[in-house]
Amino acid sequence: MSKDIRIKKGLNINLIGDAEKTTSKAVLSNVYAINLQDFHGITPKLIVKQGAEVKAGEPLFFNKNVEDMLFVSPVSGELIEVVRGARRRILTLKILADKSQEFVSYAPLSPKSAKAEEVKAMLLKSGCWPFIKQRPYDIIANPSVTPKSIFISAYVTSPMAADLDYALKGKENEIQAAITALGKLTPGKVHVSIGKGGQSIFSKMEGAEIHKVSGPHPAGLVGTQINKIDPINKGEVVWTIAAQDLVIIGELLLTGRYNPERVVALVGSSVKTPKYYTTKIGSEIATFLYASGVNTENFRVINGDVLTGSKTKPDGYLGYYNNTVSVIPEGDDYEFFGWNKPVFNKISSTRALTFSWLQPNKKYDLDTNTNGEHRAFVVTGLYEEVFPMDIYPLQLLKACMVKDLDEMEQLGLYEVAPEDFSLTEFICISKQPHQQIIREGLDLLYKEIG
Amino acid sequence: MSLKNNLHNLKEKYKGKKMAPAFNAIHTFLYAPNETTHSGSHVRAVDDLKRTMNTVIMALVPVLIFGIFNAGYQHYAAVDAANGVVRQASLFGNFLTWENFIMGAWTVLPLVIVSYAVGLAVEFLFAVIKGHEVEEGYLVTGMLVPLIVPVDTPLWMLAVAVVFGVVIGKEVFGGTGMNILNPALTIRAFLFFAYPTWMSGDKVWVHQAVDLAGGPDAISGETILGYLAQGKGAEMSYSVADMFFGFIPGSVGETSTILILLGGLFLIYSKIASWRIMLSAVIGALVMGLIFNGVVDAGWITETSKFYGLMSFAFWQHLIVGGLAFGIVYMATDPVTGAQTNKGKWYYGFFIGFISVLIRVFNPAYPEGVFLAILLMNVFAPTIDHYVVRGNINKRLKRAKNATILPRDGEGKAQELKAETV
Repeated sequence: MSKDIRIKKGLNINLIGDAEKTTSKAVLSNVYAINLQDFHGITPKLIVKQGAEVKAGEPLFFNKNVEDMLFVSPVSGELIEVVRGARRRILTLKILADKSQEFVSYAPLSPKSAKAEEVKAMLLKSGCWPFIKQRPYDIIANPSVTPKSIFISAYVTSPMAADLDYALKGKENEIQAAITALGKLTPGKVHVSIGKGGQSIFSKMEGAEIHKVSGPHPAGLVGTQINKIDPINKGEVVWTIAAQDLVIIGELLLTGRYNPERVVALVGSSVKTPKYYTTKIGSEIATFLYASGVNTENFRVINGDVLTGSKTKPDGYLGYYNNTVSVIPEGDDYEFFGWNKPVFNKISSTRALTFSWLQPNKKYDLDTNTNGEHRAFVVTGLYEEVFPMDIYPLQLLKACMVKDLDEMEQLGLYEVAPEDFSLTEFICISKQPHQQIIREGLDLLYKEIG
Repeated sequence: MSLKNNLHNLKEKYKGKKMAPAFNAIHTFLYAPNETTHSGSHVRAVDDLKRTMNTVIMALVPVLIFGIFNAGYQHYAAVDAANGVVRQASLFGNFLTWENFIMGAWTVLPLVIVSYAVGLAVEFLFAVIKGHEVEEGYLVTGMLVPLIVPVDTPLWMLAVAVVFGVVIGKEVFGGTGMNILNPALTIRAFLFFAYPTWMSGDKVWVHQAVDLAGGPDAISGETILGYLAQGKGAEMSYSVADMFFGFIPGSVGETSTILILLGGLFLIYSKIASWRIMLSAVIGALVMGLIFNGVVDAGWITETSKFYGLMSFAFWQHLIVGGLAFGIVYMATDPVTGAQTNKGKWYYGFFIGFISVLIRVFNPAYPEGVFLAILLMNVFAPTIDHYVVRGNINKRLKRAKNATILPRDGEGKAQELKAETV
């Protein structure tokens, strides 16, 4: 069964630096790292001490609030460093990889015959659970709550993001296994969204409701799809999983091993030859960044796509949830009369002497300049043009800023994640940090209401 | 290159100091800043508030230039009229002349300069005291103010009004983006209520009319609305074309409907101003005009009534006289003080047009209702938005009645137990 979803509001951001469809194996990283900022809202409690030897898939720490939730090492090796920040908060765990890899092995689980409890226990102990996120609050799913349904987006509209149909090719079995198993965890449906018209490996998945989505970004964001398919009401919980993580979950179920291998797209205008690399979660980005080469000295490396990713460095590590690494030029330079001269080489949502509307398919080379200073909200009506959800974006942002819990709830904060506001943030004339505002709003609501 | 580096070094030097906002305002005027993104989206669209405001100013420039010529033209036309010669306006014949331009520039440009100098001084002062950046809102306000006042407004009066408008109308609320009332209209309202004799009558719309009043060279020029309000519509010598092109007395920038129309189209096309507000305001004005025309046609109001002049005025001509067009295009569309939801904008605009014409007809002392109508709707805009947003909230609440809330682990058992004990 399939239903069509057509998104009209939105904006495609076409950038130079899409990955060429060839995949190389990245050089093995010496050191792997787990960055704890990837796991929002987790209070980690270490299980192993610095200097301990761990196997691949062996737990490193657990979540203090949900003690079953384990976080495991991507490789076997020695935990060489626990990087701490202010108030001894753990920031990063670094593991020096062994030459020969040893895995923690579990008995494989047949997805079809397994019970829900078995699947849940397997995911929790193997370290795959954190791949499952929940809404409301956009945090790692609480295993004690049964979700209304599970959403997976296999339609990509984010700028320069990895093409799932290419990157996940040949992994159909793993994906099918994961979808079947996840289906046990909810009394509702598993919704999978695919692009309309294209050939998707997801189109034949059994046990899932397939939706065909078309339209500009943010049609590919799972939040947009939830809002159109079955919006979240107060009190309801849905889970979301990134399509590429189904492969790791599926492989775990079929082989009993946690194998965090992933095909990652290295993209961006600062990369000489943008393409795909096979690597592991936590690998040093330099292991594949310099294989493709960079064409400028002053660049920014981003874990994820340019709208939602997090800033890192060439010696940073591939994030837990990311299958794209974007490298774009830094924009820390002044531009003479940048605010009033006609602009042809940057994207704009207006036509105020900006001409990107003339060529909607032209590809641009954008840098990290804000193109203006931070201001109070002034202009109205522009966010609505790129925000397809049935929510008033400006009013919700303002409710979050003034910490009005009632208003935040009523205006639909339960339905959104920070990434849903990445496009409004992109076009914001007042250069307000939308994603941060929403994140803080969600955290406040979680703290006060839970 | 060296200018860029020198300014950068100065910026670093002043960072954190009291005067930093003042310096940055000038610096960012020359160069778009070197600021990079920190959180969220790593790339940003090119539009910023400076560009937005600059677009509005570009849409105002033709109106200003026309206003300058018209100030000169109306003066010489009034002098001719005092000598018994009736001028027929012709664009290239007697309108776009050096004589008109020089006379107009000498009267209008001082208004512009005083408006900007005083207003920006207040803005800089507040920015330095409160330690925030100088915001761009006044760039547009400063241009609007000279265009909506009578040409001979004394400069000191304008300065006082600007200080009042910027401080009370905007800064006390927290600056650009926080104000409830349109600052330019607050300034206009202050002038109107503080110095009413300078704001209405048949002497204020023409340069030097006040100076020469009572003397042998006395000149005057009444606005069309003034004529109509006094029931002297028949004495008017202006054609519909004059009204549309703007060869009529009035506030500096409000007369030329065609240039305002072009400015409005430019703002709509560039997506800076809301077409919803403009269109619905036009509809609102036409509807009210039609109602009044209908009242006259039905014979409820006779020629002896003091409202007859304006009520019988053809409904569509309301749009091309007075400040209605200017108000709709440049003032009603102010995003900060207007309705902020798309649906709300329809109501907001409609009532601006509707109430403007209503005030015009029923206020014979000062037959210009636009600025009052917009200020009134500024006050009601949050209320309109409130109800529009309520609609969305109610939809969500209604949907939530069918929510599937599944029990947490352990909770199911607790409920079973509860059910047993009850």
